[in-house]
Amino acid sequence: MKQSPILKWFVSREGLYYLALALLLVVILPVALDSFRLNMVGKYLTYAFVAIGLVMCWGKAGILSLGQGVFFGLGGYCMAMYLKLEASTPEATSIQSTPGIPDFMDWNQITALPWFWEPFNSFAFTLLAVIGVPVLLAFIIGFAMFTRRVGGVYFAIITQAIAAILTILIIGQQGFTGGINGITDLRTLMGWEIRTDEAKNALYFVTVAMLFVCLFTARLIQQRKLGRILVAMNAQENRVRFSGYDVAAFKIFVFCLAAAFAGIGGALFTLSVGFMSPSFIGIVASIEMVIFCALGGRLSILGAVYGALLVNAAKSGFSESFPELWPFAMGALFIGVVLAFPNGLAGLYQTYVMPLEDRLFKRKKAEATPAVAPVAGKPNAEKAKDYDPMIDHYSPEKS
Amino acid sequence: MFDGYTSSELMSIFAMQGFAGLSLFSVFVLMALGLAIIFGQMGVINMAHGEFMILGAYTTYLTSGLFESYLPGLFGGYFFIAMILAFLVCAALGAFVEWAMVRHLYRRPLDTLLATWGLSLILQQAYRSIFGAREVGVTLPDWMLGSIQVTDMVDLPINGLFVMIIALSIALGVYFLMYRSGWGKKVRAVVQNRPMAEAVGINSAGVDRATFALGCGIAGIAGAAFTMIGSTGPSSGQAYIVDTFLVVVFGGAQSLIGTIISAFGISQAQSTMEFFLSGSMAKVLTLLVVVGILMLRPEGLMALKIRR
Repeated sequence: MKQSPILKWFVSREGLYYLALALLLVVILPVALDSFRLNMVGKYLTYAFVAIGLVMCWGKAGILSLGQGVFFGLGGYCMAMYLKLEASTPEATSIQSTPGIPDFMDWNQITALPWFWEPFNSFAFTLLAVIGVPVLLAFIIGFAMFTRRVGGVYFAIITQAIAAILTILIIGQQGFTGGINGITDLRTLMGWEIRTDEAKNALYFVTVAMLFVCLFTARLIQQRKLGRILVAMNAQENRVRFSGYDVAAFKIFVFCLAAAFAGIGGALFTLSVGFMSPSFIGIVASIEMVIFCALGGRLSILGAVYGALLVNAAKSGFSESFPELWPFAMGALFIGVVLAFPNGLAGLYQTYVMPLEDRLFKRKKAEATPAVAPVAGKPNAEKAKDYDPMIDHYSPEKS
Repeated sequence: MFDGYTSSELMSIFAMQGFAGLSLFSVFVLMALGLAIIFGQMGVINMAHGEFMILGAYTTYLTSGLFESYLPGLFGGYFFIAMILAFLVCAALGAFVEWAMVRHLYRRPLDTLLATWGLSLILQQAYRSIFGAREVGVTLPDWMLGSIQVTDMVDLPINGLFVMIIALSIALGVYFLMYRSGWGKKVRAVVQNRPMAEAVGINSAGVDRATFALGCGIAGIAGAAFTMIGSTGPSSGQAYIVDTFLVVVFGGAQSLIGTIISAFGISQAQSTMEFFLSGSMAKVLTLLVVVGILMLRPEGLMALKIRR
């Protein structure tokens, strides 16, 4: 029998994990949930983009950014600006003193569209900007910091400060950004109503499709030499540097990658929620994004998706019934994930569930081909080929 | 932005805003001192530092309530008792947190950051459940009300002056403790070379716990002082945490003098610009300048000269 390598991958262990996630997102959840809940899941999934970026940036390369909300927000605001301009046709805004500009500008006595809003009349430009603006900012920050070998906690604090700056700026410049309310009342995307149930369902599937694009991009990077260098850099930065690699360039790359993922997530967030506001991009929101990644397992991109889903689902669940308990649960989650299981859900899965799978899998295999016995001396030769979410197990002792 | 002001008006504006900046400076110094000890000396990021400060503020609030109901005769002096209590309460909680959480994470600074953030969420919600979401304020004793008039246009509120005096005396105290006492020598020895310090018989785990507790205790004093110039809410601490970290990093994490200079620079810049620009733009500009300088000079203003 001839099997294509792609088909082979799908029946490998790793492929099955991806299939299971696809099954959950494409079949089970849409069947089980009504349109409103499905839209909520779509919203949670947009955070998974950020979490995947953080796995690459923080888990693999060891760069903790506390400002991912900035990139998420920039992507989201780019999309919101386009949608807002589309919604603010001269006919729709004829009661304003200046028709044809977004309503909040009119309320703030602005009479002409600011120059940086102009390009967002074009959808093509908007799509470029959703990725381009976050990546550009990430490049500037990364270039300034990493070429000077700033890293670790300093980098975390500076990115946090940048999140603070952007939030204050957006809230302060009400006339240009919509202020604390954000950009609201977004209705159509190129004439297509985005608030109907059908549109929301369609957007959900677009989100899932984009999520898998990002997952496979991240996986591709992980599998290549590039991913190995990122991991090596985290463990022994100087050895990588002395081996002739430009450490700063790799760090800038992975930081920009995380920013691009976050930007895509932000744009999809705006589409699925129908507005964008500074509360999704500030310091608190940015740190929460880190917990999605930490809960899922900081080294596992699939874990990040589950982490984002679970934390957000728990958050909505708690906020609906016991709003005052949620901060306690969230705080305990932060502490627990750091102290008790630093490898997150993926780590727990690997320790407790994978051995069970192994046993099941082996029995079947043994029945099928009883002649093949493990070769003495290298019993794990086959196992090493298996998919391992923690290709390099995170050990607390290295730092 | 200076159009339309005469030079004498400008002088008065700078003096008034400078003084307003000084009370911000005092809060920064008090918060940053605790952080500089914990972050600068131990390398631990304590995101719950603001919540320790608020704990001190609530302790002061409770003490003032007690004095009002039971010891009205001694009300004028309650602040000093409150300050000591705030220090003790926060230091005790700090020692507990170090024992339960932080000591397991010394080799993972980024994880400490996340764990203490979790702690800060829990503490904030605890304050909200216990004291309510509304901000509370203390009654100032009579001698702290009023102001001293320096010139026709410039007058200085007494409570602001008092907070500044506290900030400077605590700074002086920390300086003597860290650089002129045997205990400070031990702390610095552990920071610079832990295995060697242990080899000469320093109990490094004990030093760590005491240092962390001291940092948290100073945050408590900061909170006590904070009640003199503003009201306290469950999430007031969070408003200052980013600024304070920037102050510490900007000053050079291991230098106390650097911390004080950078607290002065940042608070003055912010409050002077606030007069001419909107509050939010002043803050954005200040933070941008600080982040910009940090990108050019990542080691901060006063860097410890050591070979890495």
